[in-house]
Amino acid sequence: MSASLERGIHALKEVIDAPIASYFSSCVHCGLCAEACLFYTETSDPKYTPIHKLEPLRRVYEQEYTLLGRLKKMVGLSKPVTDAELDQWQELVYDSCTLCGRCSLVCPVGNDIVYMVRKFREGMAVSGHVPDGIKGATKRTVETGGPMGLKWPAVANVLKHAEENTGLKIPVDQTGADYLVLLSSMEIVNYPEYIEALAKIFHKAGISYTLASDAYEATNAGIQIGNSDLAKVIVSRIVDAAERLKVKKVLSPECGHAYMAIRWEGPNLVGRPFGFEVVHVLELLDELRQKGVLKMKDKFKDPLILHDPCQIVRRGGVLQAPEPLIRQVAENYIPIADKQKLNWCCGGGGGASAIHTEEAEALRAKAFRIKKRQIEEAGVDTMVTFCANCRITIEEGFDHYEMNTKLLGLTELLAEHLEPVDANSASALP
Amino acid sequence: MNELQFLTWTRGPGLNIAVGILLLGVLWRLIEIYTLGRKKDLAAPRHAAGASGLHTVFRRSLPPPGMLKRSPVSYIGGYLFHVGLAIIVFLGAPHILLIKNLIGLSWPALPSQFIGLAAVVTMAAMVVVLFDRINKPVKHFLSTFEDWFTWAVTFLPVLTGWMATQHLLLPYTQMLALHILSAEILLVVLPFSKLFHGFTLFGSRWYNGRVNAHKGVPV
Repeated sequence: MSASLERGIHALKEVIDAPIASYFSSCVHCGLCAEACLFYTETSDPKYTPIHKLEPLRRVYEQEYTLLGRLKKMVGLSKPVTDAELDQWQELVYDSCTLCGRCSLVCPVGNDIVYMVRKFREGMAVSGHVPDGIKGATKRTVETGGPMGLKWPAVANVLKHAEENTGLKIPVDQTGADYLVLLSSMEIVNYPEYIEALAKIFHKAGISYTLASDAYEATNAGIQIGNSDLAKVIVSRIVDAAERLKVKKVLSPECGHAYMAIRWEGPNLVGRPFGFEVVHVLELLDELRQKGVLKMKDKFKDPLILHDPCQIVRRGGVLQAPEPLIRQVAENYIPIADKQKLNWCCGGGGGASAIHTEEAEALRAKAFRIKKRQIEEAGVDTMVTFCANCRITIEEGFDHYEMNTKLLGLTELLAEHLEPVDANSASALP
Repeated sequence: MNELQFLTWTRGPGLNIAVGILLLGVLWRLIEIYTLGRKKDLAAPRHAAGASGLHTVFRRSLPPPGMLKRSPVSYIGGYLFHVGLAIIVFLGAPHILLIKNLIGLSWPALPSQFIGLAAVVTMAAMVVVLFDRINKPVKHFLSTFEDWFTWAVTFLPVLTGWMATQHLLLPYTQMLALHILSAEILLVVLPFSKLFHGFTLFGSRWYNGRVNAHKGVPV
């Protein structure tokens, strides 16, 4: 057994807890989880059945933690987990699992399958069976601060443009603000309008905020890869900045897994509860809407549907904010059948969108057919979402199928239709 | 050993051994699983109506939206044979008598004709889900020896019990002995196979409900 495999198996043994033991002991091989997985529904290939993606982990559980399994191992009746097998499983654990968690919603015996995949990835990471694309993104996040290798001067430049476009000052490294605003690289590079939108909304609501020059990136490739040590390094950067700047709250950007990383995994990674609150930008916006601060000058007219990002809604618990917000700004919002926590993934979450092998891209394109169908069935030309990673994946899907559908970010859409800001107040540029 | 001696053995020592293995096995497995514990979630919880471990224990007994249509055989067949088995085991007169002898508790039984009907429906549903397992690519792909074996181990007590009461194939005494023996095999296999889901599914649903309730998601 190679040293890395040994470490990997050890990592798998470490992650097996009572829930995982209970889940494996409960599975009756009914296959219903397949019906909830877009990689199965769009390919009809049984190997994409969610519970099957965990087979090596199940065997480690059986061989190490059950009486019968240990007996079987002792007399040489059990099949050991090998490097070759884990290598083969890479496709099932990364390319074809976006950690969307839809399977965990349907299992009749109650298995939280995505919980297990997330844990399984830890062993895969330790034994070196991680797609190069995700590995690279993680390395860049640790070295430069973000998965796209973006450094602060570039971010500062984007902020400067945002200040010019809005006429509003964007505070950096300011102590004692209400909010520390986090961004995701994708927003900085591809959707800088998000920053402008926030500046306008904060200004209008009279809320103080700041960015931190050493902690602006909210995404966490360590979590996608399944490497807790790296994930901890990345998340600690934000925790340190929030504590140093003495902010009351940290604002997670739209990006789904960034929210998961800081809101739900963060305290567990650093090993203590946070002294500040973590708020998703939509939660803040909905709060402002309820207070009557978020007033629209007009509404978006075209019929549209909403894509609920998995990590924010189903897995993140921001269930109630998105719909009232979209109704606030859209005149013709059409609710789809599988919405909110039942929504189908875009196909690129959980690090999948960072994998650029031919096979992974072809599989993603196939999986995207489910979104294509949702759009076609609703008969709309516009879809709104609130996750930078979903947006990249969906745009790729639109390109692939040569669709003319427009894709909009919810925060930007709100900002675009917001009542104009009064640039003569305190936070306006001099 | 003649048929009477065989029957006496299954009703006496055989039953004791089987029940003993079942009880010890269940206890062992529950300890083996649930003493592994889990880490405390340090993230600040979000509260939401309908989200808790207990909610999920009950909610997961019903198909989530859209699922019944996607896999009607699994749900309808599954309900029929589970409910059928429960009716036969807990409401059949001889079974109530057995339970009374073992633990002293008893309750009214259903008429034997009704139990006979329940057995036929249960067997029919089990045959249908077996065919579904053979025919449906996902189920077939997932199936191991254990799946076929546990199906047989569950089916045989129903079949032999029904045949004994209908006086089919073998003399009553022989068929009854076979019925009891097959039920004892079921009891022995239960803690060490997927049949143990009858115990762990409550824990599994609870954990799933609890973990997601922490994030404010009713699952």
